[in-house]
Order: sequence, then C-alpha cells, then structure tokens
Amino acid sequence: MLIKPEPTIKDLGFLIENNGIKASDLLNMHRRMLLSRYFEEEIKRIYNQDKNPFNMAVGVIRGEMHLSIGQEAVAVGTLYDARNEDAVISTHRPHHHAIAKGVDLNKLAAEIFGKDTGLCRGKGGHMHLFDKSTNFACSGIVGASFPQATGVAFAFKYLGKDNVAFAFAGEGAANHGTFYETLNIASAWELPLIIVVEDNKYADSTPKSFTTATTFHYQQGLATNIPSYLVDGMDVIDVYIVAKKAIERARKGFGPTLIETLTYRYVGHFEGDAEEYRTKGEEELWSTVDPIRRLESKLLKLNYADVETLNEIKEEAKKKVNEAINFALNSPYPDPSEAFVGVFA
Amino acid sequence: MKIKGIAEATANAIMQEMERNDRIVVLGEDVTYWGAVFGFTMGLFEKFGRKRVIDTPITEQTFMGMSVGAAAIGLHPVVSLMFVDFLGAGFDQMFNHMAMNHYMSGGQFPMSVTVITAIGGGYGDSAQHSKVLYSLFAHLPGFKVVVPSTPYDAKGLTIRALRDPNPVIIFGHKLLTGLPFLPFEGIEEEVPDEPYEIEFGKAAVRREGSDLTIIAAGLMVYRSLKVAEMLQKDGISAEVIDLRTLVPLDEETIVKSAKKTGRVLIVDEDYMSYGMTGEVAFRIQAKALKELKVPIERLAVQDVPIPFSKPLEDAVIPSVNAIYEKAKKLVQ
Repeated sequence: MLIKPEPTIKDLGFLIENNGIKASDLLNMHRRMLLSRYFEEEIKRIYNQDKNPFNMAVGVIRGEMHLSIGQEAVAVGTLYDARNEDAVISTHRPHHHAIAKGVDLNKLAAEIFGKDTGLCRGKGGHMHLFDKSTNFACSGIVGASFPQATGVAFAFKYLGKDNVAFAFAGEGAANHGTFYETLNIASAWELPLIIVVEDNKYADSTPKSFTTATTFHYQQGLATNIPSYLVDGMDVIDVYIVAKKAIERARKGFGPTLIETLTYRYVGHFEGDAEEYRTKGEEELWSTVDPIRRLESKLLKLNYADVETLNEIKEEAKKKVNEAINFALNSPYPDPSEAFVGVFA
Repeated sequence: MKIKGIAEATANAIMQEMERNDRIVVLGEDVTYWGAVFGFTMGLFEKFGRKRVIDTPITEQTFMGMSVGAAAIGLHPVVSLMFVDFLGAGFDQMFNHMAMNHYMSGGQFPMSVTVITAIGGGYGDSAQHSKVLYSLFAHLPGFKVVVPSTPYDAKGLTIRALRDPNPVIIFGHKLLTGLPFLPFEGIEEEVPDEPYEIEFGKAAVRREGSDLTIIAAGLMVYRSLKVAEMLQKDGISAEVIDLRTLVPLDEETIVKSAKKTGRVLIVDEDYMSYGMTGEVAFRIQAKALKELKVPIERLAVQDVPIPFSKPLEDAVIPSVNAIYEKAKKLVQ
C-alpha cells in the first residue's frame, strides 16, 4: 500500500503461494508481532506509571525508554527465517528485534527492570541487551551496529559457516559514516550481511527531509553494488518476501543485501517525548496501516484464521507478557558487589 | 635468535600464535606489503596470505567495530591502528563497545581483541602523528595496556596478549621498532625461538640502585637508563623501573623501590595532567609516604601538542638532559 498496490485477496493468495509461505507462517508472524506489541505496551505502562511528574531516575524502570510500537513488522518479517546461530546487532530501540530473534522474554523483561535474572544480570539495561544463546546484541550508540554486524558476517565467512548477520539501524543512523563504510566493505568482501534500515521518518526529533540528501537509502546500497530493496515496513508479508531471498543469498555466499523499510513508530522517540515535531494527522494516517491489524484482516480474508482463533492468539500473547513482567517484578536486584566484577573476562 | 627492536619481535610473536590458533586474523591499514608501516605485522602476509592478513579500507571505526563483532563470534582479531593518533577515528567502537561489552553483557561476550599501535615522537612527525595516549586507554575500564620496550618483552607480552580473552592494546614506540627509516634508541638482543609468555602486571627493574627510583615506560626507559649511567659518575645510584604494563599496574614493585630509595622520579612521554605520572605517584604515596625523603617528582609532556620544529620538539619530549637535571635536583 505504501509503495505498491495493495493486492486483492486473489493476488495475495498467489503471492503467498508463489513465495512458499504457509498459513502457519503467517500465524506465527502474527503471534510474534503481537508479543512485541503487548510486551512494549506493558513496558510503556509500567515505565510511566510511577513517573509523575516525569523523571527518568525514578520508578520500577529507570533511564531512557525507546519503544518500537508500530515497527513490529520490520523485525518479525526480516528475522522470520533467521536461525538461532544467525546474529543480530540492534540499536537503542531493540525490543522488537530481540523478541523476533527469540530472546527469552522473561530475561528480557528482567534486564529492562535491572534485575539479577536479566540477560546481563542488570548491567546492560534496555539499550544494551546481550544474549549469547541467540547471538543477539545491541548498542546505544547510533550507527554502531553496522560495523559490528559486518565483523560478525566476516567471522561467519572466515569460519566457513552459512550463517547470516543482521545490522538494524534507523534512517538517522544511515547518515552516519559507518553506514557507507559498511556497504562498501560488505560488498567488496561479499559478506553474509543483511542491512535493515528502519525508516521511521524521524532521527530523534529531526524529520528526515532536513538532514538527508537522498529520499531513500536503498539508493546508496545500489551505488556499492549491493542488491537493495525498498519495502513496506508496515506489511510483514512484503518485508518477509524480500528478507527470505536476502537470507538465501547470504547463506549461499553471494553477499550482502540492503533492505530499507518504510515504517512508523506510534510512540515518541523516547517515553516522555512531547512529539512537537510531528502532527496528529500524520500519526492518524499511519495508524490506518497498522501492521498487526493489516495482517489480521488478511488472515481473516484468506480464511487462515477465524475471529475466535485470533482472540486465542491474543490471549496467549498477553499471558506470555504477563508472565514475563511478573518474573521481572518478582526477581531480586543484583547484589551491589556485582558492580565490581566482570570488567575483564 | 637475535632481534633488533620491538617490531620484528612482535611480528614473530603473532606469527607463532597464528600457527597455533587459526582464529587469529590480522586486520588494519597496510598490514600486508607494508607490515602495518611500523613493522608489527611484517612477514605475516607472506606466510598466511590474504585470508588471515587483511588490508582494510582507511576506516578505523569500521575495522574496530568489525573486531568487536568478530570477537563476539569467537575470532581473535589483531588490529593494527597505524598511529595511536588515529584513535579518534575509531574510538567509539573501542571505548563504548570493545572495552565494555563483556561487562555490559554480564560476562556473555568476552572481547578477545589485540590492538597494536605505534606511539611517540622525536622524529619530526608533529602533533597528529607523535602522541602516546596510553594513559587515555588506561583510564578506561576494560583495556589492558601494554608498553613493551625490549625485543624479549615485545615477544612475550604479545604472546600473552594473544592468549588473553580481553582487549589488550600494545603501544610500541616508533623509536624502538628497529626499522631503518627511523632513529633507534632501543636494543638488539637474543630472543628465544620458541613461544613464551610474559605475565602482565610485572614491572622489570632494569637497573638496581639505592639513592633514587626512576619509573618509566617505552622509550623513556632507555633515556632513564642513560641518565642512571650519568648519575653513576656523579656518585648517585639510580634504580630504573620499566612498568611494561600500565593496566594491570605492578604496584608492589614500584612501592618496594620507593621505600628503598626514598626518592622517586616518574618519566613519561604522554601528556602530564591527569596521566600516568599522577596515577603512579598517587599509588606510591598511598603506601610509602613515610619512607619518602622528598616529594615525588615527575617529567612528562607539559600539556602541549607535540610541535614540529626540532628545537621545539626537543623541548617538549623528555630528553636525557631534562631527566638528568630533574633527577640530580631530586637527590641534592
């Protein structure tokens, strides 16, 4: 809808079949998007409930909070075919990627709450999530994910593995020098790297048009001989079809792919953001292409699910989220002595 | 075998470890034909080829970031940062990621990266190619900081670094490399053919003495040794300590020496303020204040960029004469 005509149900059926997508795949994608959405909505509620007046230092969840509500299709679509050993380097907005990669929801929640049972024993927090068991990492520094994922891809190739590394970044990070440096080196060395640019239109508060010379970043990928695609980031099927091919290409040793996704965050850059840089009208417009509701309506029209099944899926996701939040709330904080260990391995 | 300077010794160490461990790869600018310019990777390309010795684009943030990613998957990258002065171009990946990912991840991702960089002035390369900067890294939790001064140390400390699961930065002074296009103030010595490790955090007493302790690292060790000889003629017995590693720091050896001589001069080619000299002085006074006969003295680059013109450069970098004057004053 954002880039290409929205297919009729007949054409959609053909598209799905032609790309080897099964009903169960779409239902799984729906589950993951819902899990991410509900998880973040719950984090948002708890983060804000005890910050009145707003103060980042107080409350059960402290510090900054960058949520990805609205961008779920990007993470779920690109990572649906990712294997456990495939690696993801994410950003300061990492929850949807972590959930789509299969990071344990309980440990993820506990890390966000700063608990001893968290992924990093409370030493990382929401912007610095690491999970060795799913090869997931992120960085709070804009533009840092590109070279690190390139290094992972280099290591996979060096070790003769058919794994793939994913670098996620916003369109703001694509103005960083690391973006071009990575396109150049990944292409020159044919590394198994997939670069995913999530264009949510705003770098913090700055509209893309004020800072960016190209309308689309995939054009920059083409300049370095990388197959580069522009996809509807609010349509998980559109994202998935391109990602699937990119992953196959990388596994076979044919090198990197750049996927630029047009998407939107329904929430501020961070919680507490007054969002004076954008209009309500724009937010309303983008809410009409909500990736979850769009998939839901397609599932119904395709007869892949009925209302009852969809409700069950929702309940199941809510239950998982509640479990994770309760696990985090009931977990102990790390002992202060933990702060002084682990500088060196 | 006899080796002149620290560059060949370092390359020899990397070569032997690469034979032992196929997860070691060498990355950086001009690491193949030019041996990383200052010789630290000489001969590796001829032996291991481009699969393991890899010229990168001139993109410090990318190859430092790649090392972070590659180490996370189990490689041990050896990264050449041609001049330490280029650190600015790649520093984010080093101090926000390489130094912290192990800690931030709760121990899940050790960062086995060895960075080798060339430091120091004294040959007219001016402000952007003559810095030392090891104190900057030593200030940041997460880096081990190695400053080899002899061929024997360069080999043993490098092998130790390549077996360490943490980021280790080796600061090799250009005037100690033994390369024909640079002045040489180091030594040629017999180095064992077989691999060996030198433990981090063990300073070397290069010369024993009883009246005064001179503490130094890298090039300044040699200048201090020359001063010790001059002092000997004046009837002053100087002990010279080579720190070898700033992190970890061998507090025991320096405190012991300070207690013995009661007089301490710290000589450093890095900037003076908030640097190595202040840190070492603090550690000594905390444990040996009563034994000190006079306040601790220091000599370092006095918080100015390294100037180009020879008389200016000579005035800024601690010289044999400057060290001698300071030492003499301390004993009188």
